[in-house]
Amino acid sequence: MPDLLIELFSEEIPARMQADAREALKRRVTDGLVEAGLTYAAARAWSTPRRLVLAVEGLTGRSPDLREERKGPRVDAPEQALEGFLRSTGLTKDQLQARDDKKGQVWIAILEKPGRPAADIVAEVLEATIRNFPWPKSMRWGAGSLRWVRPLQSILCLLSDEAGAEIVPLEVDGIRAGDVTRGHRFMAPAPFRVTGVEDYQAKLKRAFVMLDQDERADHIWHAATNAAFAQGLELVEDRGLLAEVAGLVEWPVVLMGAIREEFLSLPAEVLQTSMKEHQKFFSVRDPKSGRIVRFVTVVNRETADHGETILHGNGKVLAARLSDAAFFWGNDLAVARAGMADWRAGLEQVTFHGKLGSQADRIARIEALAREIAPLVGADADQAAQAARVAKLDLQSAMVGEFPELQGIMGRYYAEAAGLPSQIAAACEMHYKPLGPSDAVPTEPVSVAVALADKIDTLTGFWAIDEKPTGSKDPFALRRAALGVIRLVLGNGAKFRLASILELAHLALLQSLLFQSLAAVRWIETGEILIGERDTKYGLGFVQTLLKEGNVLKIEPNSNDQFPPFSSTVDIVSDLLAFFHDRLKVHLREQGIRHDVIDACLSMPGNDDLTLLVRRAEALNEVLRTEDGENLVQGFRRANNILTQAEAKDGVEYSFGADPKFAEDPAETALFAALDAAEAAIGPAMEHEDFAAAMAAMAALRGPIDAFFEAVQINAENEILRRNRLNLLHRIRATCLAVADLTRIEGA
Amino acid sequence: MSDGKPRSFQEIILRLQAYWAAQGCAILQPYDMEVGAGTFHPATTLRALGSRPWAAAYVQPSRRPTDGRYGENPNRLQHYYQYQVLIKPSPPDLQELYLGSLAAIGIDFDYHDIRFVEDDWESPTLGAWGLGWEVWCDGMEVSQFTYFQQVGGHDCRPVSGELTYGLERLAMYVLGIDHVMDMPFNDPGAPIPLKYGDVFRQTEEEYSRWNFDVADTGKLLHFFEAAEAECVRILDHPQVDPRSGKRIIMVHPAYDQCIKASHFFNLLDARGVISVTERQAYIGRVRALAKRCADAFVETNAGGWTGDASAAAE
Repeated sequence: MPDLLIELFSEEIPARMQADAREALKRRVTDGLVEAGLTYAAARAWSTPRRLVLAVEGLTGRSPDLREERKGPRVDAPEQALEGFLRSTGLTKDQLQARDDKKGQVWIAILEKPGRPAADIVAEVLEATIRNFPWPKSMRWGAGSLRWVRPLQSILCLLSDEAGAEIVPLEVDGIRAGDVTRGHRFMAPAPFRVTGVEDYQAKLKRAFVMLDQDERADHIWHAATNAAFAQGLELVEDRGLLAEVAGLVEWPVVLMGAIREEFLSLPAEVLQTSMKEHQKFFSVRDPKSGRIVRFVTVVNRETADHGETILHGNGKVLAARLSDAAFFWGNDLAVARAGMADWRAGLEQVTFHGKLGSQADRIARIEALAREIAPLVGADADQAAQAARVAKLDLQSAMVGEFPELQGIMGRYYAEAAGLPSQIAAACEMHYKPLGPSDAVPTEPVSVAVALADKIDTLTGFWAIDEKPTGSKDPFALRRAALGVIRLVLGNGAKFRLASILELAHLALLQSLLFQSLAAVRWIETGEILIGERDTKYGLGFVQTLLKEGNVLKIEPNSNDQFPPFSSTVDIVSDLLAFFHDRLKVHLREQGIRHDVIDACLSMPGNDDLTLLVRRAEALNEVLRTEDGENLVQGFRRANNILTQAEAKDGVEYSFGADPKFAEDPAETALFAALDAAEAAIGPAMEHEDFAAAMAAMAALRGPIDAFFEAVQINAENEILRRNRLNLLHRIRATCLAVADLTRIEGA
Repeated sequence: MSDGKPRSFQEIILRLQAYWAAQGCAILQPYDMEVGAGTFHPATTLRALGSRPWAAAYVQPSRRPTDGRYGENPNRLQHYYQYQVLIKPSPPDLQELYLGSLAAIGIDFDYHDIRFVEDDWESPTLGAWGLGWEVWCDGMEVSQFTYFQQVGGHDCRPVSGELTYGLERLAMYVLGIDHVMDMPFNDPGAPIPLKYGDVFRQTEEEYSRWNFDVADTGKLLHFFEAAEAECVRILDHPQVDPRSGKRIIMVHPAYDQCIKASHFFNLLDARGVISVTERQAYIGRVRALAKRCADAFVETNAGGWTGDASAAAE
């Protein structure tokens, strides 16, 4: 059983592409080998900046011989049938055998496919892999036509076993596979031969190449933490950076250097971001002060002066970078202490979106919305409005201009420098959250109000201009915004009608667009533009009135092109609400709540109060897990089916008048009593939104309903009895439906 | 190669010239127009197109009006030098050749950490892009290394390898200088030793003031439009010159106008009169000119045109 070793040696492969490339090489080659009839014991892929490597152990030496018999036409069939059979098998008539069959003699073709040596198969599979490799970006070089991530310089491809090694004969665009590779670019550049996987790994290590990316990352991590620990400091963990730097070096050497005194007062996030983004440095923290005091750089070689020259150079570059950062920080602080007026003015010039106006206009909308949302989440309306006004000012700061990822974080520092209350400064940072499904949800009321207003304005805005997410395309991250709203509401137990907030947001948006002349009001009848000039202010009430008179006026995007008028607020709100419900379903499903349970609750009134909706769903989910709950659904379904059929047949609704005096059977009487009790319990429970109690009362009907169906025939001969029982079924249905729409529950 | 460490800015330039001359490059002179980068020199932009082999190296004074800091910033200048190498087709040992040039200016690989870090190059104004790296020496970016894939919207076949050295930054690093104005321009032992600041501090001040506050934006806008119109007008002429009866496509005069338009745009940008949305539109207008020049160049002899219709169609 030979082992296969492949090395694709190239100029420097971008670090971010290496992990996917390793996987692709392994998958494509092993899939190709297996498809061609070979088997193998194990496969491993490695990468360095200059090589992609695959080792396949225990490969079979040949693919098996294949023999296939194919039945053809009868011997006395017309000539054309035989010709077709010969064409499809590629044989001649004298190679066929005639054999007896049930219906007489038929032609049989025996197709033999001899196995092939592994080397031939490897050569074929590797060439196809190289030519079709899924690099995210690839290039040509020189006069060749091959594409690779950077110029491919050599291919090593060996099959080796106890008897020795064999070079797989293979040539791709003038590069002939061999058994030669090279070591570290500077520390051991001479080419050398290898005889197999172990020999390759051992010789590479001697040539200052640590082949295994995980080993490099471990080495870096341990050397860096040890270096920090030795000085009583700690390394700031950054897994992404670790993987990246491990992909930038073949022989990692960790060096730790000092940050000049004058930069130590910069915010930790600024130091960290600048060092990481520009220099790919790790940050080293003093656990006592929490400050970043050193950096760790990972270099690609050992030197006679133990890295002194390299460290000196890196320190100089860092000083130049941090001088820039310190310059930004100083200037920004001056603007912040002066009240940030320059930034406010600047945001009027910054377009948020061509059809939605400037950042300043957007901030005005968020402010109006935050003011409305504040009391619903326990925040002071004036504070929420003030927070909304300052939350995005840092977008104009020099620091965020340089490091966009520091938005919000800098906002908090600058708001503090401006002397604003702590909850307002906090909102500058927290209103962007939650950023992802695992990001924590803010809980401070002012932050919650601004975070909701920000996301809801984004959603209504893009909905209004018809830029909704489609399929995998969601360029404005609207799904994330909707999930953010859901998590903010649920995480804080906020109770309000989302629809009314969406309606408000849409009206505020139209008002804002009219004010910016991005929208115009047009008479439908005459086509004449009524309002479209800037300098006029319109109140929400005015816009609302315009929209209500939809038969007379329409509000449309103000542009030379022909745009359809904006959808009505009612349509936008219901469409957006459906989007929220979709996101909510995804969210709840991940929390183990069945989708039909969610549907059953969605069709109840008040479904835009997300907290209420989820509590109802959780209660229903719980009760359906009990035996009573599960059987109740069956009883309900039986009652509902019989009733629906009878109603369809009789053309009437049996919606009232079940009278206990017509009860014949004790089970029937008991059901009347049980329904009375359940109704008495469910009503007040629902009023207090005590869904668990309501569900329990509903589930308690299971016994009486089962007994009723057991003892009584609904479609009795006696028409009075029948009608009474159908009306009784209606009471079952109505009682259950008051709790949740059980018709949506599947199965059982 | 001279031994040891270079002592001045100009010695680094001279060593690079000697090194690339020894590698067989034609040592060209700077293009005599204001450009934003060495790439704009027709020896790069146009010569990267078509099938004819090419190897050239040159210094190119480059102007970036928005980077002016009145000569005060240790690293930023509105006028600086780039060293540019273009070889077509890119040779298989271009990385080794490049490293040889670093050795030639006194960088000892036994003591320094050289790295090729992913950096894909794109010039929206030239409609050009390529893949390559920025080259780091001890964490400092010392060069751009690019394999051109497209120029002026045309696929590069064969592919050119382009090297760009930011000369001031590289020299400051090699010479151990912290402020560009303090860098020895000629040999410090010369009878009249000159620092970079002796040569350029005053011009940095003058141009910074003019670029940011004084340049007449109305005129610049007019110049931009005039250059744009002239470029198009030149290329609209028929290929055959009625006077000589020869086929003369006036690519370079047209491309000069494209360079001018690009520079006027940079000046307008520095004056802060171009909004974010307009910016894209201006860049698109320059790109359209560059594209037309590229289209025309591949119709010329230098651009690989052989008179054979089938070759030209490619």
